[in-house]
Amino acid sequence: MLLFADEASSSIWRLLFEPWTHGIMQRALAEVALLGLVGGALGCWIVLYELSYSAESLAHAMFPGLVVAALWGLPLMLGAGLGVTIAAVTIALFGRIPEIGRDTSVSVVISALFGLGVVLAFSPASPPRLQELLFGDILGVSTVDLVRGASITVLVLAVSVLLHRQLLVVGFDRTTARSLGASPTLVDVTLLVLVALTTIVAVQGLGNLLVVAVLVGPSATARLTTRRISSMMALAAFLAFVAGTLGLYLSYYAGTAAGASIAGATVVLYLLVFIAQGATSPNESLSKDVLQTRSPK
Amino acid sequence: MTADASNGVLAEASGLSASYGGPVVLEDVAFQVEPGMRIGVLGPNGGGKSTLFRVLLGELPLSRGEVAVKARCGVVPQTERSRLDYPVSALDVALMGTLSRLPWWKRPGRDERRRALEALEVVGLGELANDQFGELSGGQRQRVLVARALVQDARLLLLDEPFSGLDKQSAARLSSLLRDLATEGRGILISTHDIEQARRWDLVLCLNRRQIAFGKPAETLTRAVIEATYGGEIVVVEGGDSGSVTAVLPPHHHEES
Ligand SMILES: Nc1ncnc2c1ncn2[C@@H]1O[C@H](COP(=O)(O)OP(=O)(O)O)[C@@H](O)[C@H]1O
Ligand SMILES: [Mg+2]
Repeated sequence: MLLFADEASSSIWRLLFEPWTHGIMQRALAEVALLGLVGGALGCWIVLYELSYSAESLAHAMFPGLVVAALWGLPLMLGAGLGVTIAAVTIALFGRIPEIGRDTSVSVVISALFGLGVVLAFSPASPPRLQELLFGDILGVSTVDLVRGASITVLVLAVSVLLHRQLLVVGFDRTTARSLGASPTLVDVTLLVLVALTTIVAVQGLGNLLVVAVLVGPSATARLTTRRISSMMALAAFLAFVAGTLGLYLSYYAGTAAGASIAGATVVLYLLVFIAQGATSPNESLSKDVLQTRSPK
Repeated sequence: MTADASNGVLAEASGLSASYGGPVVLEDVAFQVEPGMRIGVLGPNGGGKSTLFRVLLGELPLSRGEVAVKARCGVVPQTERSRLDYPVSALDVALMGTLSRLPWWKRPGRDERRRALEALEVVGLGELANDQFGELSGGQRQRVLVARALVQDARLLLLDEPFSGLDKQSAARLSSLLRDLATEGRGILISTHDIEQARRWDLVLCLNRRQIAFGKPAETLTRAVIEATYGGEIVVVEGGDSGSVTAVLPPHHHEES
């Protein structure tokens, strides 16, 4: 009996540890940790500034750049960078035509660019790594990729620390931000640049379709249950890491695509928290009332 | 938390006009704010009250005239604009007032927190410091924003329609708070479209796209001034005894005739 239990637990440990004995999986886990940190810091601001859609657009707009890079055998990051630059310039140009308007021009440019990417991708010279462009290849992350990811992570974290109080003030109320000494323009531009940089780096691991979900999903989940920005960020980073780890296990044992498994785990975590919160929130408000009536006068 | 009650003028304007790039929306404004004065800025919707505040804050350049603001300004915006779903406590909001006094990389330390807590005490919200901002009542949120201005050490307070949507009790609390702050030597501008409210302050500045009048309410709020301030939109009733004027907005507007 005892022996059997021992064997069972030791085989569970083996199942849990075995994936991480492979270099591929170790690097994937490190990438997941980096994405968690960036997602915790940046994802929360994207959610609070309601920039998820812009981030998504940015990611799609770089698709033709990625395809061209793959076709010509260039580094993907170069293609992504070029794609974002072209998208930004096109939007800026079209946005100046008053008859079209900014909103319309953004969506037209984004759809057109993504469409162009798809046309290129299905051309006879179709790049060998189309799947990878759309869904990423987190298991193919190299040490060089990790170093690049780590530097971007450090940069994003440093800037978010420096700008934290400005971000907080501008997000709270843009109209009075200036009177408090904050600069909405500076904050907006910095945030967009950080989002673009992060997308360019993360697209390698997660692909064009999944990058924003993985970046923003954990923050959206954290927002459901936290009441302070600092705890929101900490929880988001933790959830991103948990979803990443779960996704990698699933991919290792069930043979599913790693990036898609991570995105799936992110969504499942969101739904679980959402449902759990719906089930507990009447009680929560009750206990809060009790606490309030008991608080010293 | 006390502002020194020296005698200098806190802000003054003369011949001020402003526009948002298009037509002039406010012109011929001239007034002075002295320490300890509460000034009601009275006018209809679109009369230019918020525009005047933006000019005083330097957010909107003036197209003509002069304006001099000699004190730090704190703003209490229209409350329906603030985000109720934002993850901050009352204390966090009060701490926003320290933004310009601290270098970028520094988090508010013990000193700043103490200042912010003191300001919340002053506005009567010391016990709710750790409550979620969005879960406070409208009147409490207004007072948190006043506390934020106190943390800024603002000697000139600009409150944009702070009484709209407040129940009687909250309004009374805010009124007595504003009286205390004026006694400390701060200048306070309170915008409103409610004539009765404007009577309660030391001075009143009537705006309807231009300055209609500026002075003590009892002398200034005459029938002619009220009519000019509100255009034809208003029914004016001459008061019986004191010669005061009561104005009532028509019960409903006719969209199309
Ligand atoms: N951002 C803006 N751009 C252009 N016009 C504006 C803007 N804000 C206000 N206005 C115009 O300026 C005039 C005065 O508005 P405002 O100062 O907001 O009035 P009040 O605060 O008294 O209701 C109005 O005619 C309004 O349409
Ligand atoms: Mg206004």
